[in-house]
Amino acid sequence: MRVNKKSLLAVGAAAVVATLGLAGCSTGSGDNNQAEAAGGTLTVWVDAERVDALQAAADAYSEEKGVEVELVGKDNADIKDDFIQQVPTGKGPDITMGAHDWLGELSTNGVVAPIELGDSAADYLPVAIDASTYEGTTYMLPYAVENIAVLRNADLVPEAATSFDDMIAKGKAAGLDHPFVVEQGAEGNPYHLYPFQTAFGAPVFGTNDEGYDPTDLQLGNAGGEEFATWLGAQGKNGTGNFNTDIDGDIAKQAFLDGTAAFWLTGPWNVGAAIDGGVNVAIDTVPSPTGEAASPFAGVKGFFVSSESANKVAANDFLVNYIGTEDVQLELFEAGNILPALSAAAETASSDPIIEGFAAVGAEAVPMPAIPAMGSVWQYWGIAEAGVINGADPVATWQKLTSDVQAAISK
Amino acid sequence: MTTTVDEEVTPDTSGTAPKPTKRQRQAAGIADAASGGIMVLLVKLLALGIVDAIALFALFILVTADQWLIAAIVAVVAVAVNWIYFSRRKLPAKYLTPGIIFLVVFQVFTLVYTGYIAFTNYGTGHNGTKEQAVSSLMASSLQRVEDSPTYPVTVVDQFGTLGLLVTDPDGDALIGTNEQPLQQVDAEFDGGKAVAVDGWTTLQFGEVLARTDEITDLAVPVSDDPNEGALRTPDGSSAYQYTSTVEYDEAAGTMTDVTTGTVYTDIGTGAFTSADGEELLPGWQITVGFDNFVRAVTDARLLQPLVYVTLWTFAFALISVGSTFFLGLFLAIVFNDMRMRGRKYYRVAMILPYAIPSFLSALIWAGMMNESFGFINQVIFGGASIPWLTDPWMAKVSVLIVNLWLGFPYMFLVCMGALQSIPDDIQEAATVDGAKPWAIFRLIKLPLLLVTVAPLLIASFAFNFNNFNVIYMLTDGGPRDANAPIPVGFTDILITMVYKVAFTGQTRDYGLASAYSIIIFIVIAVISIIAFRRTKTLEELN
Repeated sequence: MRVNKKSLLAVGAAAVVATLGLAGCSTGSGDNNQAEAAGGTLTVWVDAERVDALQAAADAYSEEKGVEVELVGKDNADIKDDFIQQVPTGKGPDITMGAHDWLGELSTNGVVAPIELGDSAADYLPVAIDASTYEGTTYMLPYAVENIAVLRNADLVPEAATSFDDMIAKGKAAGLDHPFVVEQGAEGNPYHLYPFQTAFGAPVFGTNDEGYDPTDLQLGNAGGEEFATWLGAQGKNGTGNFNTDIDGDIAKQAFLDGTAAFWLTGPWNVGAAIDGGVNVAIDTVPSPTGEAASPFAGVKGFFVSSESANKVAANDFLVNYIGTEDVQLELFEAGNILPALSAAAETASSDPIIEGFAAVGAEAVPMPAIPAMGSVWQYWGIAEAGVINGADPVATWQKLTSDVQAAISK
Repeated sequence: MTTTVDEEVTPDTSGTAPKPTKRQRQAAGIADAASGGIMVLLVKLLALGIVDAIALFALFILVTADQWLIAAIVAVVAVAVNWIYFSRRKLPAKYLTPGIIFLVVFQVFTLVYTGYIAFTNYGTGHNGTKEQAVSSLMASSLQRVEDSPTYPVTVVDQFGTLGLLVTDPDGDALIGTNEQPLQQVDAEFDGGKAVAVDGWTTLQFGEVLARTDEITDLAVPVSDDPNEGALRTPDGSSAYQYTSTVEYDEAAGTMTDVTTGTVYTDIGTGAFTSADGEELLPGWQITVGFDNFVRAVTDARLLQPLVYVTLWTFAFALISVGSTFFLGLFLAIVFNDMRMRGRKYYRVAMILPYAIPSFLSALIWAGMMNESFGFINQVIFGGASIPWLTDPWMAKVSVLIVNLWLGFPYMFLVCMGALQSIPDDIQEAATVDGAKPWAIFRLIKLPLLLVTVAPLLIASFAFNFNNFNVIYMLTDGGPRDANAPIPVGFTDILITMVYKVAFTGQTRDYGLASAYSIIIFIVIAVISIIAFRRTKTLEELN
């Protein structure tokens, strides 16, 4: 076998260089964070799409207080798990952006420090403060409240629907076969079906004075079974208004193409609809009963790491800076989600789209953050998908309730 | 390495030729390189210089960060690398060192770490050290006294002891430290807020930040009565009155809930546990011996799904290997035929599925196989509603089809190489002896081919046994088995089922997941060893 010695040696050396280089980088970067932190740097993990919106606020804060704020853009899907894994090692950030439904997990893992909003707590929307509180302690500085609502194609159907049946009737009158779309999937999507469920008076958990009570499962009450029966009647073997083959992309396409006039979705899809040339109006979720259809509210905010070496600066930055109207409005402009600060929310509501979502949000309830909710999610969607596809509604719902109960008390 | 290269290197020993032949010149070049030409030496010095510079830089950073163990490892490796490459004798080591370093960094470390995690309770609620858990529990047990006011404060210092200069709602100034409860004091005011007092130095914002740790621990008792709580300042400018609902006794290792009187004791399970078994989370990480393995094999919820998941895993891996191999082999034979025109272009087209990341392909296939809207049903079958991914049996077929699409190019490449290395004269000899093409293939080519390919088939089996990507991206194990007590589906293989068991909802059980992956590793290792033994018989053909 011929071997070119020179090149082999060179390759070998290059490999060693690369390896040591990698080792150097990995230890180097983590270490840099710490060294700088001692000199007054706040490391903040931010959803990559919002780095620009926060950059101005971070720079202004640096200028005013002399604290360097380093924004690290991260993929939203990775933030939670990375935060939980890195905080105990001391290499995590001082602050991370997140959502309130992470709270149970973050708190159980002991990676998040309580935050004191003081008197400013009264300046936020009540749903935002409720969502930021876990077992009686506030852990999150909220900056936005997000909930789903019905997007209506105002060119096809000029008037808002008064009830679910009215919505379908108005759509059919406009000549559409399936006027209403909502994102589902083979495993269902209970988040998007929750407004209908609450309209039947079946929340997931009851509440006590500390928030949701995991020992009080309300999912399987009589209202839940009525909801299941209704859902079955709207499924494959009934009107076909719900279809588990419709995923997010298909629902979006149907609305953009004008084959559906109503789309139950969140503010994240409004931009696409407007860009697609649809004349969008935002309506409350038409209720299948007389009761209000309350969607889940997701509240976004910032958490302080329990291992942060800069807790004072972190608290100051969040409470006294991110919690101001200007910064909340800047974050609003980046994401088009209703600000959590009441004053900023009012300013933002001059936009009819935001006003529409805010009106629905007034009926919204915070999505439970308690760990027991994890046990609900894993059975909930598949049961709803089963009902939509023709399984016996009441029996499926009863099995769902007993499965969830068993998983919670395990 | 093909045999032709071997021939070329064989030194020309005749030595009678007047001029040096090409081979002789090459041999001389190799000898020259071995003895070390000046260029080689320079390149070597440069490369080692870069290595040493990076190692030094890493050492510098590591030492300043007190990472002594890693620093020592880097130093030892750097010295060893220098020694090996400057030595005249360590020829084998010169070849092996880079590979070994990569092996250790990327493989051995991961394996050892997985093994270690399998013996710990690392997971949700057991995420850090005991100190972290205690401080986190203490921090979250602080409750602001109801209806207590916000106190504007100034952080002050006296001979290294921090104190809080508090302005109470009446506008009076109070001062206190960790030991000394609040007492009235005469202070300078600025806009209604006490900002300085004689005998104490007022800390500026920058100094406050520099002493964050001390300020976080600073709790000034409101009065001599501990039940009234203490003032703490989260941001250095406002303080709030808190009482703690738990008490930690370090000597006894107990947490006591002062509101209910419940005592939570460290009983060695990695969390403070009350007498009736209630755990206070967060807990901390401990080693738990073989607990994870015991849980892995005795989990009652797994009993029912485990049987069909295991059967399907074997079926999936075997059928995938078989189908990809035979399709790849068939195409390799077809495209190896000299009579076919434009073979190169076809070959490139064949390799395309291999060139697209499997994540992407699987997601695209999932879209195409959607029952109501997918391309396959809508366009190819003209609007039929074939439940590609939603019927238990069809989903299995779909997974196999997609995996065939993803896997055949690899087998195609391997078989093509192996076929080309079978000498043509064997085929000619067989033809002369009157053998039919099928007989030539079955009795001569296939056995020769298997000698080369069999180890790759075993490796492919091991790969498909753990082919997480395809299952996760295409069906996520679905359709779900509604009767199973865990969220397992009909196309779940062992590794995806393990993923669902260890990472359900908000629970992350890394210890259990590691234990499972070690068990699966042992299963695959045993199968592979047996299979390799069997292939030895094939090699005797040669």
